[in-house]
Amino acid sequence: MTDVVRTGFRPSRVAIYGLLLLAALVYLIPLFIMLVTSFKTPMDIRTGNLMALPTDWTTIGWTKAWSEACTGVQCEGISGYFWNSFKMTVPAVLISTLLGAFNGYVLSKWKFKGSDLFFGMLLFGCFVPFQVVLLPMAATLGQLGLANTTSGLVLVHVIYGVAFTTLFFRNYYVAIPDALIKAARLDGAGFFTIFFRILLPMSTPIFMVSLIWQFTQIWNDFLFGVVFASGDSQPITVALNNLVNTSTGVKEYNVDMAAAMIAALPTLVVYIVAGKYFIRGLTAGSVKG
Amino acid sequence: MEHTQRQPARVARAPSRFLDALQRWLPKLVVAPTFVLIGVGIYGYMLWTGVLSFTSSSFLPVYDFVGFDQYAKLMANDRWLTASINLGIFGGLFIFSCLVIGVILAIFLDQRIRQEGAIRTIYLYPMALSMIVTGTVWKWILNPSLGLEKLMHDWGWTSFSFDWLVSSDMAIYTIVMAAVWQASGFVMALFLAGLRGVDSSIIRAARVDGASLPLIYWKIILPSLRPVFFSAVMVLAHIAIKSFDLVMAMTAGGPGYSTDLPAVFMYAHTFTRGQMGLGSASAMLMLGAILALIVPYLYSELREKRHD
Repeated sequence: MTDVVRTGFRPSRVAIYGLLLLAALVYLIPLFIMLVTSFKTPMDIRTGNLMALPTDWTTIGWTKAWSEACTGVQCEGISGYFWNSFKMTVPAVLISTLLGAFNGYVLSKWKFKGSDLFFGMLLFGCFVPFQVVLLPMAATLGQLGLANTTSGLVLVHVIYGVAFTTLFFRNYYVAIPDALIKAARLDGAGFFTIFFRILLPMSTPIFMVSLIWQFTQIWNDFLFGVVFASGDSQPITVALNNLVNTSTGVKEYNVDMAAAMIAALPTLVVYIVAGKYFIRGLTAGSVKG
Repeated sequence: MEHTQRQPARVARAPSRFLDALQRWLPKLVVAPTFVLIGVGIYGYMLWTGVLSFTSSSFLPVYDFVGFDQYAKLMANDRWLTASINLGIFGGLFIFSCLVIGVILAIFLDQRIRQEGAIRTIYLYPMALSMIVTGTVWKWILNPSLGLEKLMHDWGWTSFSFDWLVSSDMAIYTIVMAAVWQASGFVMALFLAGLRGVDSSIIRAARVDGASLPLIYWKIILPSLRPVFFSAVMVLAHIAIKSFDLVMAMTAGGPGYSTDLPAVFMYAHTFTRGQMGLGSASAMLMLGAILALIVPYLYSELREKRHD
């Protein structure tokens, strides 16, 4: 359809490009503001304006955010929380993706009586507002001795992430011809052999989608972090919110912005490196829900 | 399975009925952990919250049955009323703006644009950010003394004033702005994918008949993208109902409780104000709202799939 379109719109192509670039600017400006503010001195922030470049560039905001800024009662910066987020995200992403891969394999290639109902339950689970499970989950984590621990958060993220990962893998494996599986079964290949020898080698794209989707979701989560973690086990998003919103003394916007950049960098890097898979995850999670 | 018996490899293991049974049970065993996790963690807990919403639980759960008391209290609660109205304002504006911006950008991007990939990447990157990051940045941009206002003053528009962030009437709109900034690129991506799937011969035929391009988009292409509209509205409505992070980062529900959303109300009452029963009732109403959206959607989705 593009060639048809081209002839029709040619006179106004300047306007199209103009609007697209203007929109690009609107999306980019907050990132620009965040970056330049993080390199300013507090003095510079007070005298200059949002869009002005720093008069003298300084990394003091970054070092302060990393190791000195106050996040509530403690003033040790956000570095500890940054690593907390990694310790929480990496296992949760791996476990939920692995579970999702096996679930998706069963729900597409080894259907049993009731497996469709189970899939329906999972699908619905993707939509449930988490508010409805928070309180019982908090009570359970307390009972298990996992309240305010990173392991507790990993468990929570696995439970509420597995519905999505299963959906990804199930929809991916459904498209693979059943004949392939049947042939392998005739040759005597069992459940795991078929998975590891036949499906796994062709699953790289969907593994990427699942890993990246889960990484961004879990890294960016705030609700579970703020409800189930406190003090030393908090993830970066909670620490950032505390840093920005518990103001004692003079507000240092350069530190705020540097902290926001630090919290944003891992997912931004993932997005820039593997944006293709991120977009696929977004659309897979919604269109073919 | 009968056929497999003829296979040599299978025959060697045939004596073991146990292995056969295991093979048959293996798929179920593999999904069993997830079944338990989901069964308890989603359905069990949903029920548990439902039960709590019918009790007078305050700081600790108690299991006395008080009927619909908490729901009645909720309906009479000013703060809940504000939160519900805010959800209407926020959800309506958020969904509408994202759709309009997303559709326009997608149509424009579909005109054989050079560097389309790069532009798309720019439109979509906010989706990779945490709402807390987005909230932090927008809070700074909209800062009443040092933010946008000062920028405009420096640029010569000295009468410009913008204090929506701290105004209880307008603060909810600042949250809409930040949310639209974050999610509109995603709607663009959905529609762009949809546009790429439109059959070009229909458009060619319409052009031969003398229809103008805007008319073709309005009358033919966009109506054919109805499923994409539904998906987009579903996802956006879902984001709106669950919205919590952005409010916490930008206004924490303030000034006063003027920017409360149901999710913020639920959090505040359940975890900081010690009103578990009321909090649970509000959570159940959120679930009800989502159900009202999801059930028809899932129903039509599944029915469509059966037709395939």
